[in-house]
Amino acid sequence: MNVLRTLDWSPLLISLKTGVVATVICFFLGLFAARRVLKMGGRARAVIDGLLTLPMVLPPTVAGFFLLLIFSLRRPFGAFLYEQAGIKVVQTWLGCILAASVIAFPLMYRNARAAFEQVDVNLIYAGRTLGMSEPEIFWRVVVPTAGPGIASGTILTFARALGEYGATSMLAGNIAGKTGTISQKIATAISQNGDYLTAGIWVIIVMLIAFGIVVLMNLVTGGRNRRRW
Amino acid sequence: MIEAKIFKDYGSFRLDVEFSAGNEVLALLGGSGSGKSMTLRCIAGVETPDRGRIIVDGQVFFDSEKHINLTPQQRRVGILFQNYALFPTMTVLENIMTGVRTGRKREKWQAAEAALIRYQLEGLGDRYPAELSGGQQQRAALARILVGNPRILMLDEPFSALDSHLRDRMEREVMSLLKDYSGTTILVSHSRDEVYRMADSVAVYDRGQINAQGEKHQVFRNPGTYTAALLTGCKNFSRISGLTAENGVTRFHAEDWNLDLTIPGTHTGQVAAIRGHHIVSASPGDPNAFEMEITGAIEDIFEHVLLLRKPGATGAPIHWMIPKGSPEPLPQKTVTVSFPAESLMLLQP
Repeated sequence: MNVLRTLDWSPLLISLKTGVVATVICFFLGLFAARRVLKMGGRARAVIDGLLTLPMVLPPTVAGFFLLLIFSLRRPFGAFLYEQAGIKVVQTWLGCILAASVIAFPLMYRNARAAFEQVDVNLIYAGRTLGMSEPEIFWRVVVPTAGPGIASGTILTFARALGEYGATSMLAGNIAGKTGTISQKIATAISQNGDYLTAGIWVIIVMLIAFGIVVLMNLVTGGRNRRRW
Repeated sequence: MIEAKIFKDYGSFRLDVEFSAGNEVLALLGGSGSGKSMTLRCIAGVETPDRGRIIVDGQVFFDSEKHINLTPQQRRVGILFQNYALFPTMTVLENIMTGVRTGRKREKWQAAEAALIRYQLEGLGDRYPAELSGGQQQRAALARILVGNPRILMLDEPFSALDSHLRDRMEREVMSLLKDYSGTTILVSHSRDEVYRMADSVAVYDRGQINAQGEKHQVFRNPGTYTAALLTGCKNFSRISGLTAENGVTRFHAEDWNLDLTIPGTHTGQVAAIRGHHIVSASPGDPNAFEMEITGAIEDIFEHVLLLRKPGATGAPIHWMIPKGSPEPLPQKTVTVSFPAESLMLLQP
């Protein structure tokens, strides 16, 4: 029990904060992207959809590579950003958010897209003929009707952002109390100190959170899942 | 008033129609996939024709030559979708409020409240569409459309989602609502009965084209084409050969029926047809009277259907409909019937 008393809880806070902020970003960007992609036709849709989904299927280190390529202080854009606006992404909490957002984005985007595709197109037509503006149709008709799908997408996005490791460790590093997330804590606890106890505690915490999230998601979307067999 | 000329090529399907209607009920009658609903969507502006012109009450909705294409929002049309398209996450009152086009929120709310009473939805304003019966959903959808005072009203298979007993009641309700509506109504339907009861004029759709068009009684009496006759409920058809028109009498051989028939007057056509209700028991001296074999009998709810054929006939048997209550057919092998000349139709294929 002594371990728990002396445990540094900052990774939990950093991870939760990162997850929440990244989820908010992904939520709006994902809805926006899904809407735009559904308005595209044929080939353009296939290509753009592929690009937006890429972070989900590639190793997170590839995303980390590209993020560093852009934001490293030794690269033109990163240097420009730091000199002109004082914004530093590498080795900061901002890096955590950026890495988590990029990796989790496809989950939000794909779930929102699938949910939008389920919305009866007659509802949109009805909105138009009734004189509702396009944004009004989107926010008052399409999004609420696609609610359960969007909610499960949001929850999955949060779960993914919470546990992000690969891109985060490359971009934001593992600075205790600043960018040290739970997943990074687990890795360093073992690889540097062989501290299976600390790592194990964090593993249990992560598992509890993940399990809670999945159950929550099932409850949110469960209304439609009747017993089938 | 509507004047429409619509052409749209979907590759596998081509819509090419032209029609007009005054402030009346125009029915578009046709099978599924014949282009009726697509026509409505083009008028509503949620689908854009390749070419053509759509003018409603003097307002040009679409003109490909003048590059005019109003948005659906600008057109102010009322369209009742087959599944009503009520917004599932809004209450009935909120749904109706979306149809009110002018005024502040409070005025919209008042207009929607008044519509609840007018369309017999009192007390249902706080319910969600899924909590309503089919008839109530339809009324709510109609209320949502009519509060916006549309220039034209379009009903897409309005009763197909209802149980049959409800269908009759809603048909009467909708008809009485239509009496109060002063603009043009377009009714899309595949049911000839519905069309006959509700419409003033009819356009018969077949594979993206209008096959027959005109005042309802006219079209049902003399459909002109095979498809129009079929869609208006005619069951008996035969190819014909040896058509001659001499001395004011048209004679021909009905191949599929193996009958030689005559009609006064000069007529042309390639298909002969007669409605089953128009065949009569022959009296002595009737023209076009034949002794026919009875090959089968079907008892319907309100009528008997006897299947008749002339020996040597190759086509489908002739359906003879006899209302119940009139002298019932005897269990016999043959019967002598007459095909009244005024009921025989000569049609284009």
